[in-house]
Amino acid sequence: MNFSVLWDKIYYNFIYEDRYMMLVKGLGNTLLITLGSILLGIIIGLFLALFKISAENNKKFKILGILSNIYITVIRGTPVILQLMIIYYAIFVSAKDPIPVAIVAFGVNSGAYIAEIFRAGIQSIDKGQMEAARSLGLNFRTSMQLVVLPQAFKNILPALGNEFITLLKETSVATVIAVPELLRGAVNIRNITYEPYITYIAAALIYLVIVVLFTKLQGLLERRLSQSDHR
Amino acid sequence: MITVRNLHKTFNNKIHVLKGIDYTVKQGEKIVVVGPSGSGKSTFLRCLNLLEVPTEGEIWFDGRLITDPRTNINEIRTHMGMVFQQFNLFPHLTILQNITLAPVEMKLMDKTEAKERAMQLLERVGLTDKAQAYPAQLSGGQKQRIAIVRALAMNPKVMLFDEPTSALDPEMVGEVLAVMKELADSGMTMVVVTHEMGFAREIATKVLFMDEGMILEEAPPTEFFGNPKNERLKEFLAKVL
Repeated sequence: MNFSVLWDKIYYNFIYEDRYMMLVKGLGNTLLITLGSILLGIIIGLFLALFKISAENNKKFKILGILSNIYITVIRGTPVILQLMIIYYAIFVSAKDPIPVAIVAFGVNSGAYIAEIFRAGIQSIDKGQMEAARSLGLNFRTSMQLVVLPQAFKNILPALGNEFITLLKETSVATVIAVPELLRGAVNIRNITYEPYITYIAAALIYLVIVVLFTKLQGLLERRLSQSDHR
Repeated sequence: MITVRNLHKTFNNKIHVLKGIDYTVKQGEKIVVVGPSGSGKSTFLRCLNLLEVPTEGEIWFDGRLITDPRTNINEIRTHMGMVFQQFNLFPHLTILQNITLAPVEMKLMDKTEAKERAMQLLERVGLTDKAQAYPAQLSGGQKQRIAIVRALAMNPKVMLFDEPTSALDPEMVGEVLAVMKELADSGMTMVVVTHEMGFAREIATKVLFMDEGMILEEAPPTEFFGNPKNERLKEFLAKVL
C-alpha cells in the first residue's frame, strides 16, 4: 500500500461526509462516561471504604461493613458486561438515553474497586495521625477529612489513575447497549465503508493518545502533591 | 483536676494491662510516671483523654465524668494537650497549619488570632523561621518542640506527655526537655511518662512507679529516688540509675 492509497482510505473513511465527527462525538461520550462513572465510583468507593473501616473499629457499624463486603464481592465477582446489560435491560427498562445508564453501571462497578483502593490508602496512614487529630479535639469525621484522607489520597493517586485508565477503555463495552461512544463511532463508520482495518486502528490510536495524555497529567499532579516530602 | 478511680483496661478480653488504678492529679502538679516497659504507664496516660477506652472504672476531669458515653469527649480533649513519642505532626501541612488547624476547626479562635498565637508560641521555642516549612524538613527535636506547641495552641489546662524523648537522637533530648521544663515553670499541670530520670528528679512534684498495671509507689522525687520502699522499685532504680 503506497502513500496515496492510504490517503484515499483516510479521506474516504474519515473526511468524506465529515465521518470523523462520529469519532469526535464518540470520544466526547467516552470521556463523559468515564468522568461521570469515576466520580460516582469515588463517592461509592469512599463510603464503602469508610463503612468497612468504621465496622472494624466500632461494633455499631457492623451491618454496614457486612453490606459493603457483599457489594464488593458481587460486583467484583461478575463481568462488567453482564452488570451493564442487567442494569440496562432489567432495571432502567424505560431509559431512552443509554449514556446515563452507562455512567451508573460503570460507576457502580468501579465503586467496588475504588473502595478497596481507598481502604488500603486509609490504612496505609499511621494510626498516630488519627490519634493526634483526635487528641486535639477534632471529631472522627473532621480528622478523616483534614488529616487522614488528604494523605491517603496522595498515596492512592497512582492506583486511582490506573483505575481511570482501565475504566476509560472498559467503557467501550457500552457499545453492546448501543451507547454512541468511541468504539461505536468506529463501528458505525465501518458499517458504511466496510473497512474495519483503518477504522479500528483509528479508534485504538485515539484511546492510546488519551491514555498517554492522562498519564502525563497524573505525573504532574503527583509531583505537585509530593511538595511536602521534600527535605 | 483529674481523678481516676479503679481504672482497668483489658485488650482483646485477654491482656490485662491496667489492674485498678486510683489517682488524683491536682492543679499545677507535675506527675512523672516511670516503670519498666509493658507496665501499663502509656496505656494509663492514654486513658486520661480516652484515646484508650477503659474497660472499667471512672475518670473525672474538672468535675465531669469523661468515661460517661454522654460526655462530649471532643470538647474535653481541647483542654488536654497530648504529646506523642512519634511526634505525629501532620506531614501534608506546614508547621503553621499544623498548629492552627485545631484551634480554628474547634472554633476557639479565628484564623488571624490562631496565627498570632502560633507565632508567639514558635517564638517561645525558637522556631519562628520554620513556620512555612513542612515536618519532613525538621529534625526530630524540632518536630517534638512543634508538637508541644501544637498542643499548647489550644490553651489546654493539662498536658500529657507519652515518652516525648524516647524516639529522639540523644543530642536532641536536651532541647525538648528544656521546653518541657520551661512549661513546668510556667505553672502548667503535667503528666509525663518518661525514662528521663533526671527530668523526674528536677521537675516532678510527684513520681509514680508503675509495674504490671498498678501504681506501686508514689512519692516526691527526693524520697522516690533517695529512699524507695517498694522492692521492685529498688530493683528498677538499680538498673536505670
